[in-house]
Amino acid sequence: MKLLALGFIAALAAPAQAQDAAKEIQRYRQMVAEGSPAELFESEGEALWKKPQGPKNASLERCDLGEGPGVLKGAYAHLPRYFKDADRVMDLETRLLHCMVTLQGRTREEATKRVFGSADRLSEFESLSAYIAGQSRGAKIEPGTAHPKEKAAYELGRALYFQRVGAWDFSCASCHGDEHKRIRMQELPVLQKPEAARPVIASWPAYRVSTSQFITLQWRMNDCYRQMRTPEPTFGSETTVALIHFLTVTARGETYGGPGNKR
Amino acid sequence: MNRLRRALVAALALTLVRPLAALAAWNKEAFGAKSPGDALKGLGIANATASNEVTIDAPQIAENGAVVPVEISSAIAGTTALIVVIEKNPFPLAARFDFKDGALPFVKVNVKMGETSDIRVLAEAGGKYYSATKEVKVTIGGCGG
Amino acid sequence: MAAGPMKMRAILGAGFTDVRVLMNHPMETGQRKDAEGKLVPMHFIQNLTVKVNGKTVVDAQISQAVSRNPVFSFRLKGGAKGDKIEVSWLDNHGESNSTEAAVA
Repeated sequence: MKLLALGFIAALAAPAQAQDAAKEIQRYRQMVAEGSPAELFESEGEALWKKPQGPKNASLERCDLGEGPGVLKGAYAHLPRYFKDADRVMDLETRLLHCMVTLQGRTREEATKRVFGSADRLSEFESLSAYIAGQSRGAKIEPGTAHPKEKAAYELGRALYFQRVGAWDFSCASCHGDEHKRIRMQELPVLQKPEAARPVIASWPAYRVSTSQFITLQWRMNDCYRQMRTPEPTFGSETTVALIHFLTVTARGETYGGPGNKR
Repeated sequence: MNRLRRALVAALALTLVRPLAALAAWNKEAFGAKSPGDALKGLGIANATASNEVTIDAPQIAENGAVVPVEISSAIAGTTALIVVIEKNPFPLAARFDFKDGALPFVKVNVKMGETSDIRVLAEAGGKYYSATKEVKVTIGGCGG
Repeated sequence: MAAGPMKMRAILGAGFTDVRVLMNHPMETGQRKDAEGKLVPMHFIQNLTVKVNGKTVVDAQISQAVSRNPVFSFRLKGGAKGDKIEVSWLDNHGESNSTEAAVA
Protein backbone atom coordinates (compact mmCIF):
# COMPACT_ATOMS: atom_id res chain seq x y z
CA MET A 1 0.00 0.00 0.00
CA LYS A 2 2.80 2.39 0.98
CA LEU A 3 4.67 1.53 -2.22
CA LEU A 4 1.60 2.38 -4.26
CA ALA A 5 1.22 5.72 -2.46
CA LEU A 6 4.89 6.58 -3.06
CA GLY A 7 4.59 5.63 -6.71
CA PHE A 8 1.53 7.84 -7.02
CA ILE A 9 3.36 10.81 -5.46
CA ALA A 10 6.36 10.24 -7.70
CA ALA A 11 4.09 10.16 -10.74
CA LEU A 12 2.53 13.46 -9.66
CA ALA A 13 5.94 15.04 -9.10
CA ALA A 14 7.36 14.06 -12.49
CA PRO A 15 5.00 16.09 -14.71
CA ALA A 16 5.25 18.99 -12.24
CA GLN A 17 9.03 18.92 -12.66
CA ALA A 18 8.67 18.82 -16.43
CA GLN A 19 6.35 21.84 -16.20
CA ASP A 20 8.92 23.74 -14.12
CA ALA A 21 11.66 22.89 -16.57
CA ALA A 22 9.54 24.11 -19.48
CA LYS A 23 8.81 27.35 -17.60
CA GLU A 24 12.46 27.93 -16.82
CA ILE A 25 13.42 27.32 -20.43
CA GLN A 26 10.80 29.90 -21.45
CA ARG A 27 12.45 32.35 -19.03
CA TYR A 28 15.85 31.59 -20.55
CA ARG A 29 14.50 32.24 -24.04
CA GLN A 30 12.92 35.51 -22.94
CA MET A 31 16.12 36.77 -21.31
CA VAL A 32 18.20 35.77 -24.33
CA ALA A 33 15.80 37.62 -26.61
CA GLU A 34 16.12 40.76 -24.49
CA GLY A 35 19.89 40.61 -24.79
CA SER A 36 20.25 39.67 -28.42
CA PRO A 37 22.87 41.00 -30.85
CA ALA A 38 20.61 40.24 -33.84
CA GLU A 39 20.19 43.99 -34.56
CA LEU A 40 23.86 44.21 -35.54
CA PHE A 41 23.20 41.86 -38.44
CA GLU A 42 20.29 43.98 -39.65
CA SER A 43 22.69 46.90 -40.12
CA GLU A 44 25.10 44.69 -42.04
CA GLY A 45 22.25 43.56 -44.26
CA GLU A 46 21.18 47.11 -45.00
CA ALA A 47 24.67 47.98 -46.21
CA LEU A 48 24.71 44.91 -48.43
CA TRP A 49 21.28 45.73 -49.89
CA LYS A 50 22.64 49.08 -51.01
CA LYS A 51 26.01 47.84 -52.25
CA PRO A 52 26.57 47.79 -56.05
CA GLN A 53 27.82 44.37 -57.09
CA GLY A 54 28.24 42.09 -60.09
CA PRO A 55 28.90 42.78 -63.77
CA LYS A 56 26.02 45.29 -63.85
CA ASN A 57 27.47 47.07 -60.81
CA ALA A 58 23.99 47.42 -59.39
CA SER A 59 22.66 47.29 -55.84
CA LEU A 60 19.61 45.25 -54.86
CA GLU A 61 17.58 48.37 -54.16
CA ARG A 62 15.32 47.81 -57.17
CA CYS A 63 14.60 44.20 -56.19
CA ASP A 64 10.89 43.49 -56.07
CA LEU A 65 10.10 41.26 -53.08
CA GLY A 66 6.42 41.29 -53.91
CA GLU A 67 5.37 44.73 -52.70
CA GLY A 68 6.98 46.62 -55.56
CA PRO A 69 10.60 47.37 -56.52
CA GLY A 70 12.59 48.29 -53.44
CA VAL A 71 9.60 48.17 -51.08
CA LEU A 72 10.73 46.38 -47.94
CA LYS A 73 8.10 47.24 -45.36
CA GLY A 74 5.99 44.13 -44.79
CA ALA A 75 7.62 42.26 -47.69
CA TYR A 76 9.04 39.39 -45.63
CA ALA A 77 5.72 38.78 -43.91
CA HIS A 78 4.04 38.25 -47.29
CA LEU A 79 6.46 35.59 -48.51
CA PRO A 80 6.54 33.00 -49.98
CA ARG A 81 4.43 34.10 -52.92
CA TYR A 82 4.12 33.69 -56.68
CA PHE A 83 6.25 35.94 -58.89
CA LYS A 84 5.13 36.42 -62.49
CA ASP A 85 8.57 37.31 -63.84
CA ALA A 86 9.99 34.01 -62.62
CA ASP A 87 6.70 32.10 -62.98
CA ARG A 88 7.16 30.34 -59.69
CA VAL A 89 6.58 30.61 -55.98
CA MET A 90 9.59 32.00 -54.17
CA ASP A 91 10.64 32.53 -50.58
CA LEU A 92 12.86 35.44 -49.53
CA GLU A 93 16.18 33.80 -50.23
CA THR A 94 15.10 32.39 -53.57
CA ARG A 95 13.86 35.85 -54.56
CA LEU A 96 17.11 37.49 -53.45
CA LEU A 97 19.05 35.04 -55.60
CA HIS A 98 16.78 35.93 -58.52
CA CYS A 99 17.57 39.62 -58.03
CA MET A 100 21.29 38.96 -57.70
CA VAL A 101 21.18 37.24 -61.08
CA THR A 102 18.80 39.58 -62.93
CA LEU A 103 19.63 42.97 -61.39
CA GLN A 104 23.31 42.51 -60.61
CA GLY A 105 24.15 40.21 -63.53
CA ARG A 106 25.77 37.63 -61.29
CA THR A 107 25.76 33.92 -62.10
CA ARG A 108 23.81 31.53 -59.91
CA GLU A 109 27.03 29.62 -59.35
CA GLU A 110 28.90 32.63 -58.01
CA ALA A 111 26.04 33.94 -55.93
CA THR A 112 25.43 30.58 -54.25
CA LYS A 113 29.06 29.77 -53.60
CA ARG A 114 28.55 30.47 -49.89
CA VAL A 115 24.87 30.37 -49.03
CA PHE A 116 25.32 29.54 -45.36
CA GLY A 117 27.83 31.46 -43.29
CA SER A 118 29.63 30.98 -39.99
CA ALA A 119 30.05 32.68 -36.64
CA ASP A 120 32.83 34.82 -38.04
CA ARG A 121 31.04 35.91 -41.19
CA LEU A 122 27.41 35.76 -42.26
CA SER A 123 26.59 34.80 -45.83
CA GLU A 124 25.02 37.48 -48.02
CA PHE A 125 21.66 35.73 -47.79
CA GLU A 126 21.82 35.70 -44.00
CA SER A 127 22.72 39.39 -43.70
CA LEU A 128 20.08 40.42 -46.21
CA SER A 129 17.49 38.20 -44.52
CA ALA A 130 18.19 39.83 -41.15
CA TYR A 131 17.68 43.30 -42.61
CA ILE A 132 14.64 42.53 -44.72
CA ALA A 133 12.92 40.48 -42.02
CA GLY A 134 13.47 43.34 -39.59
CA GLN A 135 11.47 45.56 -41.94
CA SER A 136 8.43 43.32 -41.38
CA ARG A 137 8.32 43.78 -37.61
CA GLY A 138 4.72 44.06 -36.51
CA ALA A 139 3.27 42.85 -39.80
CA LYS A 140 0.90 39.91 -39.99
CA ILE A 141 2.28 36.80 -41.65
CA GLU A 142 0.25 36.44 -44.86
CA PRO A 143 1.98 34.40 -47.58
CA GLY A 144 0.38 34.19 -51.03
CA THR A 145 -2.47 31.67 -51.22
CA ALA A 146 -4.72 32.73 -54.13
CA HIS A 147 -2.62 31.88 -57.19
CA PRO A 148 -2.85 28.30 -58.52
CA LYS A 149 0.92 27.86 -58.18
CA GLU A 150 0.73 29.04 -54.57
CA LYS A 151 -1.94 26.42 -53.92
CA ALA A 152 0.18 23.80 -55.66
CA ALA A 153 3.23 24.74 -53.60
CA TYR A 154 1.19 24.36 -50.42
CA GLU A 155 0.01 20.90 -51.47
CA LEU A 156 3.52 19.85 -52.46
CA GLY A 157 4.91 21.14 -49.17
CA ARG A 158 2.31 19.24 -47.21
CA ALA A 159 3.00 16.04 -49.12
CA LEU A 160 6.75 16.44 -48.55
CA TYR A 161 6.19 17.06 -44.84
CA PHE A 162 4.73 13.58 -44.49
CA GLN A 163 6.89 11.85 -47.12
CA ARG A 164 9.33 9.37 -45.60
CA VAL A 165 12.68 9.44 -47.37
CA GLY A 166 16.36 8.70 -47.10
CA ALA A 167 18.52 6.18 -45.32
CA TRP A 168 16.50 6.42 -42.12
CA ASP A 169 13.09 6.64 -43.76
CA PHE A 170 12.33 9.88 -41.91
CA SER A 171 9.85 12.56 -42.78
CA CYS A 172 9.39 15.93 -41.07
CA ALA A 173 6.50 14.28 -39.29
CA SER A 174 8.80 11.65 -37.80
CA CYS A 175 9.92 14.29 -35.31
CA HIS A 176 7.28 16.98 -35.71
CA GLY A 177 4.20 14.90 -36.32
CA ASP A 178 3.00 14.07 -32.83
CA GLU A 179 2.47 15.81 -29.50
CA HIS A 180 4.75 15.43 -26.46
CA LYS A 181 7.87 14.46 -28.35
CA ARG A 182 11.20 15.88 -27.29
CA ILE A 183 14.88 15.67 -28.03
CA ARG A 184 16.77 16.13 -24.78
CA MET A 185 15.16 19.17 -23.18
CA GLN A 186 13.61 20.70 -26.26
CA GLU A 187 9.96 19.98 -26.93
CA LEU A 188 9.34 19.33 -30.61
CA PRO A 189 6.59 21.54 -32.03
CA VAL A 190 3.90 19.78 -34.07
CA LEU A 191 4.33 22.01 -37.08
CA GLN A 192 1.39 20.91 -39.19
CA LYS A 193 -0.83 22.48 -36.51
CA PRO A 194 -1.34 26.25 -36.74
CA GLU A 195 -1.06 26.86 -33.00
CA ALA A 196 2.43 25.31 -33.01
CA ALA A 197 3.56 26.64 -36.40
CA ARG A 198 2.64 30.25 -35.64
CA PRO A 199 5.16 31.09 -32.91
CA VAL A 200 7.83 29.02 -34.69
CA ILE A 201 7.56 30.60 -38.14
CA ALA A 202 7.37 34.02 -36.49
CA SER A 203 10.82 33.40 -34.99
CA TRP A 204 12.75 33.04 -38.25
CA PRO A 205 15.37 34.06 -39.35
CA ALA A 206 17.24 33.99 -36.07
CA TYR A 207 20.50 34.41 -34.19
CA ARG A 208 21.56 31.08 -32.78
CA VAL A 209 23.54 31.53 -29.57
CA SER A 210 25.05 28.04 -29.42
CA THR A 211 26.89 28.57 -32.69
CA SER A 212 26.76 32.39 -32.94
CA GLN A 213 25.34 31.90 -36.42
CA PHE A 214 22.50 33.74 -38.03
CA ILE A 215 20.23 31.10 -39.49
CA THR A 216 17.44 31.25 -42.06
CA LEU A 217 14.61 28.98 -43.20
CA GLN A 218 16.62 27.78 -46.21
CA TRP A 219 19.31 26.76 -43.73
CA ARG A 220 16.74 25.07 -41.53
CA MET A 221 15.32 22.98 -44.40
CA ASN A 222 18.83 22.02 -45.43
CA ASP A 223 19.84 21.07 -41.90
CA CYS A 224 16.69 19.07 -41.21
CA TYR A 225 17.32 16.99 -44.32
CA ARG A 226 20.93 16.55 -43.22
CA GLN A 227 19.75 15.28 -39.85
CA MET A 228 17.35 12.95 -41.66
CA ARG A 229 20.38 11.52 -43.53
CA THR A 230 19.14 12.45 -46.99
CA PRO A 231 21.05 14.15 -49.83
CA GLU A 232 21.38 17.91 -49.43
CA PRO A 233 18.48 19.80 -51.02
CA THR A 234 19.40 22.50 -53.54
CA PHE A 235 19.30 26.07 -52.24
CA GLY A 236 16.05 27.72 -53.32
CA SER A 237 14.75 24.51 -54.86
CA GLU A 238 11.07 23.76 -55.42
CA THR A 239 11.31 21.32 -52.48
CA THR A 240 12.62 23.81 -49.97
CA VAL A 241 10.28 26.57 -51.10
CA ALA A 242 7.26 24.24 -50.99
CA LEU A 243 8.05 23.18 -47.42
CA ILE A 244 8.62 26.76 -46.30
CA HIS A 245 5.39 27.77 -48.01
CA PHE A 246 3.42 24.98 -46.34
CA LEU A 247 4.74 25.95 -42.91
CA THR A 248 4.21 29.66 -43.46
CA VAL A 249 0.63 29.20 -44.69
CA THR A 250 -0.01 27.02 -41.64
CA ALA A 251 1.32 29.86 -39.50
CA ARG A 252 -0.56 32.69 -41.20
CA GLY A 253 -2.19 35.38 -39.17
CA GLU A 254 0.62 35.51 -36.62
CA THR A 255 2.23 38.88 -35.98
CA TYR A 256 5.86 38.84 -37.00
CA GLY A 257 8.19 40.21 -34.34
CA GLY A 258 11.43 40.50 -36.29
CA PRO A 259 14.52 38.28 -36.33
CA GLY A 260 14.48 35.89 -33.40
CA ASN A 261 16.89 34.16 -31.08
CA LYS A 262 17.51 30.51 -30.50
CA ARG A 263 19.78 28.50 -28.29
CA MET B 1 65.82 69.75 -9.35
CA ASN B 2 67.38 67.95 -12.29
CA ARG B 3 66.55 64.53 -10.89
CA LEU B 4 62.93 65.53 -10.26
CA ARG B 5 62.55 66.94 -13.75
CA ARG B 6 64.01 63.77 -15.23
CA ALA B 7 61.63 61.62 -13.19
CA LEU B 8 58.67 63.74 -14.27
CA VAL B 9 59.65 63.55 -17.93
CA ALA B 10 60.09 59.77 -17.66
CA ALA B 11 56.68 59.42 -16.03
CA LEU B 12 55.08 61.61 -18.68
CA ALA B 13 56.78 59.67 -21.49
CA LEU B 14 55.49 56.40 -20.09
CA THR B 15 51.88 57.56 -20.08
CA LEU B 16 52.18 59.02 -23.59
CA VAL B 17 53.73 55.89 -25.09
CA ARG B 18 50.81 53.60 -24.18
CA PRO B 19 48.08 55.90 -22.94
CA LEU B 20 45.17 53.55 -23.50
CA ALA B 21 46.96 50.63 -21.86
CA ALA B 22 47.97 52.74 -18.87
CA LEU B 23 44.40 53.88 -18.33
CA ALA B 24 42.90 50.45 -18.96
CA ALA B 25 44.05 48.12 -16.21
CA TRP B 26 43.25 44.44 -16.51
CA ASN B 27 43.89 42.21 -13.52
CA LYS B 28 45.84 39.43 -15.21
CA GLU B 29 46.40 37.54 -11.97
CA ALA B 30 42.75 37.45 -10.97
CA PHE B 31 41.45 36.68 -14.48
CA GLY B 32 44.08 33.98 -14.94
CA ALA B 33 43.22 32.24 -11.67
CA LYS B 34 41.90 28.70 -12.08
CA SER B 35 39.94 28.52 -8.84
CA PRO B 36 37.35 30.88 -7.35
CA GLY B 37 39.51 31.23 -4.23
CA ASP B 38 42.56 32.31 -6.22
CA ALA B 39 40.45 34.70 -8.29
CA LEU B 40 39.21 36.44 -5.16
CA LYS B 41 42.75 36.51 -3.78
CA GLY B 42 43.90 38.15 -6.99
CA LEU B 43 41.23 40.81 -6.45
CA GLY B 44 42.39 41.32 -2.87
CA ILE B 45 39.15 40.01 -1.42
CA ALA B 46 39.75 38.23 1.88
CA ASN B 47 36.16 37.52 2.83
CA ALA B 48 32.61 38.46 1.92
CA THR B 49 29.38 38.51 3.90
CA ALA B 50 26.36 36.82 2.37
CA SER B 51 23.69 39.43 1.66
CA ASN B 52 20.28 39.27 0.07
CA GLU B 53 20.72 42.89 -1.00
CA VAL B 54 22.98 41.62 -3.77
CA THR B 55 20.63 40.27 -6.41
CA ILE B 56 21.23 37.86 -9.26
CA ASP B 57 18.52 37.37 -11.87
CA ALA B 58 19.39 34.45 -14.13
CA PRO B 59 17.41 31.56 -15.60
CA GLN B 60 17.51 28.36 -13.58
CA ILE B 61 18.07 26.37 -16.76
CA ALA B 62 20.15 27.57 -19.69
CA GLU B 63 19.44 25.80 -22.97
CA ASN B 64 23.02 26.43 -23.94
CA GLY B 65 26.11 27.42 -21.99
CA ALA B 66 27.36 29.76 -24.73
CA VAL B 67 24.96 32.51 -23.70
CA VAL B 68 23.63 32.72 -20.15
CA PRO B 69 21.92 36.08 -19.51
CA VAL B 70 22.59 37.42 -16.02
CA GLU B 71 21.21 40.58 -14.45
CA ILE B 72 22.99 41.69 -11.26
CA SER B 73 22.59 44.61 -8.88
CA SER B 74 23.21 45.72 -5.34
CA ALA B 75 20.92 47.65 -3.01
CA ILE B 76 23.72 48.17 -0.50
CA ALA B 77 24.42 51.87 -0.04
CA GLY B 78 27.72 53.01 -1.47
CA THR B 79 28.25 50.02 -3.78
CA THR B 80 31.17 50.84 -6.03
CA ALA B 81 31.78 47.52 -7.77
CA LEU B 82 30.13 44.28 -8.81
CA ILE B 83 32.20 41.16 -9.47
CA VAL B 84 31.02 38.03 -11.27
CA VAL B 85 32.56 34.64 -10.51
CA ILE B 86 31.41 31.47 -12.27
CA GLU B 87 32.59 28.78 -9.88
CA LYS B 88 33.08 25.87 -12.26
CA ASN B 89 34.44 27.77 -15.27
CA PRO B 90 38.08 27.03 -16.18
CA PHE B 91 38.84 30.65 -15.29
CA PRO B 92 36.18 31.55 -12.72
CA LEU B 93 36.47 35.35 -12.76
CA ALA B 94 34.16 36.55 -15.52
CA ALA B 95 33.98 40.31 -14.98
CA ARG B 96 34.47 43.23 -12.65
CA PHE B 97 32.37 46.39 -13.04
CA ASP B 98 33.47 49.55 -11.25
CA PHE B 99 30.75 52.15 -10.87
CA LYS B 100 31.67 55.78 -10.45
CA ASP B 101 29.42 58.61 -9.43
CA GLY B 102 26.70 58.69 -12.07
CA ALA B 103 26.11 55.00 -12.54
CA LEU B 104 23.88 52.64 -10.59
CA PRO B 105 25.35 49.31 -9.40
CA PHE B 106 23.48 47.34 -12.03
CA VAL B 107 24.49 45.41 -15.10
CA LYS B 108 23.03 42.84 -17.44
CA VAL B 109 25.56 40.71 -19.28
CA ASN B 110 25.64 37.42 -21.21
CA VAL B 111 28.22 34.96 -19.88
CA LYS B 112 29.58 31.60 -20.98
CA MET B 113 29.24 28.67 -18.66
CA GLY B 114 31.09 25.43 -19.27
CA GLU B 115 28.72 23.37 -17.13
CA THR B 116 26.07 23.63 -14.43
CA SER B 117 27.56 25.87 -11.79
CA ASP B 118 26.98 28.48 -9.13
CA ILE B 119 27.28 32.08 -10.21
CA ARG B 120 28.66 34.15 -7.36
CA VAL B 121 28.29 37.91 -7.37
CA LEU B 122 30.25 40.12 -4.99
CA ALA B 123 29.50 43.76 -4.28
CA GLU B 124 32.10 46.14 -2.92
CA ALA B 125 30.79 48.86 -0.65
CA GLY B 126 32.73 50.94 1.85
CA GLY B 127 35.79 48.72 1.53
CA LYS B 128 33.78 45.62 2.49
CA TYR B 129 32.49 42.80 0.30
CA TYR B 130 29.04 41.22 0.19
CA SER B 131 27.98 38.25 -1.86
CA ALA B 132 25.10 36.24 -3.27
CA THR B 133 25.00 32.97 -5.20
CA LYS B 134 22.69 31.40 -7.72
CA GLU B 135 22.91 28.06 -9.45
CA VAL B 136 22.31 27.85 -13.19
CA LYS B 137 21.81 24.44 -14.78
CA VAL B 138 23.42 24.22 -18.19
CA THR B 139 21.96 21.79 -20.70
CA ILE B 140 22.94 20.76 -24.18
CA GLY B 141 20.03 21.20 -26.51
CA GLY B 142 18.54 18.76 -28.93
CA CYS B 143 18.96 19.16 -32.67
CA GLY B 144 16.95 21.64 -34.64
CA GLY B 145 16.30 25.36 -34.64
CA MET C 1 40.92 43.46 -39.35
CA ALA C 2 38.49 46.27 -38.67
CA ALA C 3 36.46 46.11 -35.47
CA GLY C 4 32.87 44.97 -35.96
CA PRO C 5 29.86 47.26 -35.63
CA MET C 6 28.44 48.54 -32.34
CA LYS C 7 24.95 49.74 -31.57
CA MET C 8 23.67 51.55 -28.51
CA ARG C 9 20.39 52.82 -27.19
CA ALA C 10 20.11 55.15 -24.19
CA ILE C 11 16.57 55.68 -22.96
CA LEU C 12 15.41 57.85 -20.10
CA GLY C 13 13.47 55.82 -17.52
CA ALA C 14 12.03 56.47 -14.08
CA GLY C 15 14.96 58.08 -12.27
CA PHE C 16 17.62 56.40 -14.34
CA THR C 17 18.84 56.10 -17.92
CA ASP C 18 18.79 52.62 -19.43
CA VAL C 19 21.81 52.04 -21.67
CA ARG C 20 21.86 48.97 -23.89
CA VAL C 21 24.90 48.37 -26.03
CA LEU C 22 25.58 45.60 -28.56
CA MET C 23 28.96 44.90 -30.06
CA ASN C 24 30.36 42.52 -32.62
CA HIS C 25 33.34 40.61 -31.19
CA PRO C 26 34.40 36.94 -31.36
CA MET C 27 35.36 36.80 -27.63
CA GLU C 28 37.55 33.77 -28.38
CA THR C 29 38.55 31.82 -25.28
CA GLY C 30 41.59 30.25 -26.83
CA GLN C 31 40.05 26.83 -26.21
CA ARG C 32 37.95 26.54 -29.36
CA LYS C 33 39.16 24.54 -32.36
CA ASP C 34 38.53 25.70 -35.91
CA ALA C 35 37.37 23.55 -38.83
CA GLU C 36 40.91 22.23 -39.34
CA GLY C 37 41.27 21.26 -35.69
CA LYS C 38 43.64 24.11 -34.82
CA LEU C 39 43.12 26.11 -31.64
CA VAL C 40 41.75 29.58 -32.31
CA PRO C 41 43.88 32.01 -30.27
CA MET C 42 42.45 34.13 -27.46
CA HIS C 43 40.84 37.29 -28.75
CA PHE C 44 38.49 39.06 -26.39
CA ILE C 45 37.47 42.45 -25.02
CA GLN C 46 39.24 43.23 -21.76
CA ASN C 47 38.04 46.73 -20.98
CA LEU C 48 34.75 48.49 -21.44
CA THR C 49 34.12 52.11 -20.51
CA VAL C 50 30.87 54.05 -20.28
CA LYS C 51 31.04 57.85 -20.30
CA VAL C 52 28.35 60.44 -19.77
CA ASN C 53 29.12 63.82 -21.30
CA GLY C 54 32.81 62.89 -21.30
CA LYS C 55 32.95 61.65 -17.72
CA THR C 56 33.63 57.96 -17.03
CA VAL C 57 30.84 56.40 -15.00
CA VAL C 58 31.46 52.68 -15.55
CA ASP C 59 34.85 51.01 -15.86
CA ALA C 60 34.61 47.32 -16.61
CA GLN C 61 37.23 44.60 -16.83
CA ILE C 62 35.81 41.57 -18.60
CA SER C 63 37.13 38.17 -19.58
CA GLN C 64 36.73 35.63 -22.36
CA ALA C 65 33.86 34.24 -20.26
CA VAL C 66 31.62 36.96 -21.63
CA SER C 67 29.60 35.65 -24.58
CA ARG C 68 30.46 36.25 -28.21
CA ASN C 69 28.89 39.41 -29.64
CA PRO C 70 28.41 40.85 -26.15
CA VAL C 71 25.32 42.74 -25.14
CA PHE C 72 25.41 44.86 -21.98
CA SER C 73 22.77 46.83 -20.12
CA PHE C 74 23.74 49.55 -17.66
CA ARG C 75 21.75 52.05 -15.61
CA LEU C 76 22.89 55.59 -15.16
CA LYS C 77 21.73 57.82 -12.34
CA GLY C 78 19.14 60.32 -13.47
CA GLY C 79 20.09 61.67 -16.86
CA ALA C 80 18.46 64.07 -19.27
CA LYS C 81 17.44 63.96 -22.91
CA GLY C 82 20.39 64.81 -25.08
CA ASP C 83 23.06 63.66 -22.62
CA LYS C 84 25.93 62.22 -24.63
CA ILE C 85 26.67 58.58 -23.81
CA GLU C 86 29.85 56.97 -25.12
CA VAL C 87 30.76 53.29 -24.80
CA SER C 88 34.20 52.08 -25.84
CA TRP C 89 36.07 48.81 -25.65
CA LEU C 90 39.67 47.63 -25.83
CA ASP C 91 40.65 44.02 -26.49
CA ASN C 92 43.71 41.87 -25.80
CA HIS C 93 45.04 42.57 -29.30
CA GLY C 94 45.03 46.30 -28.67
CA GLU C 95 42.05 46.76 -30.99
CA SER C 96 39.31 49.12 -29.90
CA ASN C 97 35.99 50.56 -30.94
CA SER C 98 33.46 52.98 -29.57
CA THR C 99 29.97 54.27 -30.18
CA GLU C 100 28.01 57.31 -29.09
CA ALA C 101 24.35 57.99 -28.60
CA ALA C 102 22.27 60.77 -27.13
CA VAL C 103 19.80 59.93 -24.38
CA ALA C 104 16.33 59.74 -25.89
